[in-house]
Amino acid sequence: MRYLPLTETDRREMLAKIGVTSVEALYADVPQKALLKAPIAELPNYQGELAVERQMQGYAAQNLGTASCPSFLGAGAYRHHVPATVDYLIQRGEFLTSYTPYQPEVTQGTLQYLFEFQTQVALLTGMDVANASMYDGATSTCEAVQMANRITRRKRAVISGGLHPHYREVIETLAKYTGFQVVTPPSAPQGGEDLMSLVDKDTSCVVVQYPDFFGHVRDYTKLAEAVHAAGALLVVAVTEIVSLGLLTPPGEMGADIVTAEGQSIGNALGYGGPYVGLFATRDKYLRQMPGRLAGQTVDAEGRRGWVLTLSTREQHIRREKATSNICTNSGLCALAFTIHMTLLGEAGLRRLAEINHATASRLADRLAAIKGVEVLTDAFFNEFTVRLPKPAAEVVEQLARRRILGGVPVSRLTPGKPELANLLLVAATETVTDEDMTALETALKEVLA
Amino acid sequence: MNTISGNKALQIEEPLIFEQDASGRTAVDLPAVPQHKERLAGLKRKQSVGLPGLSEPQVVRHYTKLSQKNFAIDMNVYPLGSCTMKHNPRLNEKVARLPGIADLHPLQPVSTVQGALELIDHLAHWLKTLTGMPAVAMSPAAGAHGELCGIMTIRAALLAKGDARKRILVPESAHGTNPATAAACGYEVDPVPADDRGRVDIQAFKAKLGPDVAGTMITNPNTCGLFENDIIDIADAVHAIGGYFYCDGANFNAIVGRVRPGDLGVDAMHINLHKTFSTPHGGGGPGAGPVVLSAALAPYAPLPYVTHGANGFDLKEHDEGGTAFGRLKGFHGQMGMFTRALSYMLSHGSDGLRQASGDAVLNANYILAGLKETLTPAFPGTCMHEALFNDTFLEDTGVTTLDFAKAMIDEGYHPMTMYFPLVVHGALLMEPTETESKDGLDHYINVVKGLAERAKSGDASYFENAPYHTPRRRLDETLAARSPILRWKPEAPKKAAE
Repeated sequence: MRYLPLTETDRREMLAKIGVTSVEALYADVPQKALLKAPIAELPNYQGELAVERQMQGYAAQNLGTASCPSFLGAGAYRHHVPATVDYLIQRGEFLTSYTPYQPEVTQGTLQYLFEFQTQVALLTGMDVANASMYDGATSTCEAVQMANRITRRKRAVISGGLHPHYREVIETLAKYTGFQVVTPPSAPQGGEDLMSLVDKDTSCVVVQYPDFFGHVRDYTKLAEAVHAAGALLVVAVTEIVSLGLLTPPGEMGADIVTAEGQSIGNALGYGGPYVGLFATRDKYLRQMPGRLAGQTVDAEGRRGWVLTLSTREQHIRREKATSNICTNSGLCALAFTIHMTLLGEAGLRRLAEINHATASRLADRLAAIKGVEVLTDAFFNEFTVRLPKPAAEVVEQLARRRILGGVPVSRLTPGKPELANLLLVAATETVTDEDMTALETALKEVLA
Repeated sequence: MNTISGNKALQIEEPLIFEQDASGRTAVDLPAVPQHKERLAGLKRKQSVGLPGLSEPQVVRHYTKLSQKNFAIDMNVYPLGSCTMKHNPRLNEKVARLPGIADLHPLQPVSTVQGALELIDHLAHWLKTLTGMPAVAMSPAAGAHGELCGIMTIRAALLAKGDARKRILVPESAHGTNPATAAACGYEVDPVPADDRGRVDIQAFKAKLGPDVAGTMITNPNTCGLFENDIIDIADAVHAIGGYFYCDGANFNAIVGRVRPGDLGVDAMHINLHKTFSTPHGGGGPGAGPVVLSAALAPYAPLPYVTHGANGFDLKEHDEGGTAFGRLKGFHGQMGMFTRALSYMLSHGSDGLRQASGDAVLNANYILAGLKETLTPAFPGTCMHEALFNDTFLEDTGVTTLDFAKAMIDEGYHPMTMYFPLVVHGALLMEPTETESKDGLDHYINVVKGLAERAKSGDASYFENAPYHTPRRRLDETLAARSPILRWKPEAPKKAAE
């Protein structure tokens, strides 16, 4: 077997040195009735690379990849062009096959890129400080609610109906098992949500999304002021991080915690994971933050260097009193994010964000001209909601038969709500061409005819 | 001899990206912005982000130089106990990037992702078969996330009976994530001491059982590198009071293909795909922590999950009024890790996985046998896949476990896990995995022996100041925590000039 260096001779010599006659003897502590005497017969035996690769290609061949057809899917995961350099660099073995940087002398590479990553995230969100990543946007937002609960010593979160339903469900799940309350108004695809009417003296935070789940871009400055006046914190979740290249960052609107899904930068769609959660906040809340933090220090010779720091918040030190149980996070996805962001730089990110907005804006104009299609979102970044004359799930299925991934039906995420059944989320990134738009336009006309 | 630059041949000093900035430079060429109607509700960004501008060659050099400051499994023995640092086959990286897998959107119609759902289902089949368990929750993103999944499942099952209960029994030798998880789910953590054999003190354990105990979280093989030989007895005792047995599967690599946790009475166990099934650790993630479940817990598994429908595979994403306990993350789980792990399993096969766990245990025992006269084993007898020593051998040398481990770095090795588990004084936990060759282990053993002799010879200051040959010497962690600098900021004069 190609991954195993020991030869039969090695094994014999090693057993002799240990003083036992067989490997099985090393399992003497296992209750005999639970000890298997031979390989599990229901599973196949080892195979060479070629055979395995063929089998995996077989799975891939049954799918319709977004790169092989016009695709307008978003709703929290976005297809962007990732420069070749990103994937080449993250596969360097020194990054790929390294552990969490607990031994800083031999992990300065990881620690420095995490420090740079934290800086980029803080800059993008307009916040003071960011951590070294969480699992994804949804878990990051859930951690933000728990952090707000700790800071305010309150146990009630008010969550906008414009927050991604998966994010809300993750928060609700944790709330149910850890004993805090979650209040959500009905979804308002066209706005008009009055969150402050739900805020009371027990409310720890208000959670909104920017741009929201339906694509709307809204100014949360006044909301932040009202939330603060009520003694609560404002959590702003961003599911499309590219938007912050063009939009006023939540930090400038008064957000206390900004969470985000970082997948759009550097990371493949990959059918939903692994992604990278971003988490940023104000300096004053630093010690209540979850997750790992890389910090600057000096070495024994006085040279600048990096370490994981403030670990007295974390589970391996604090055990049941930790701020979060998180341990493994998304190191390599954070590396992909930071490399892509470094490649873009200020000018590249701005241009990328402008192209995304322009593409989506052009698509909105073209779709609005189709009979029976109504664009519901007037201000958006690269994604908007349209109302169709029939259920969006059916339309999407029919478009898929024409090899077009036409958008995400809102009902996929919020079933059982007839008023949302005809709504379709349509996203357009820099990967969408004019030909793609024409294909969608033509197919949609056919399907709706 | 100091160099003029501060560089040391292949070790090249590298400033932050923010210190290499030139305004307007970019490494991504993009087309012009198409004509369009702007729809930003007056919220267009007014201030620049503050990101630096670099060209592509600068970026490539930056990250290449950073990579060269890291230790990696690709370089040498990485004997980090409880972390299972094994070889990461590149085939797995290749297949995870296949078109038709890497470019799938999580919300495209299920009719267009039948291959992806089949892949997940196939991996689930392997996990269930290897563990002898009837169900598996695939969505947890890491080990600690899997623990959260397992304990929530237990809580949901108990709540369904109208009795959530209060306490969870956790051995003192447990990973920190165990008590943190139990606490996060609203349980009181009741610690159980270890006995002098490094196992759960079964008398103390049984004495703590009662009708308010929801269950227990036990790592098996445990963090001392030993198999809990009373494990079936423990499971029976927990079940007898109506509780559930959560097994931390961090050390599953010792027993794959040899022991099925389902045969031990386990109700829930997470599997770190990034340990046992070789998905890369990536400098601290991403991981994946699927949780296998017993029949009693299976109905409470979180959303989403793959089902077999009339028209092929389907995805259950909603469960109004059903028994699923909820949702743990966005979308469906760590697909990229699933692909890698399945590729690894298919490569090894049933026979190869059994051989791998055997070799992992053999290698650890070879280290134990090779070092038992020089270092002080924490417990007598053989071990599972990791060898644990205490710091008695360093008594009166003035050398600490930390100093000893730091000296390993200069010898070209990553240090072993130190000061964990907490139940062993000055613990040194070594896990070689099946990846190491006999020659490699002989060399490692000789180096550790040589260092131990050096420590005993009275050369404490050598250890105190180690490492000497790394890009940075020991770093001041106290300073980092006392005055945290967690991001780059422009220096004041530069700011004034802008």
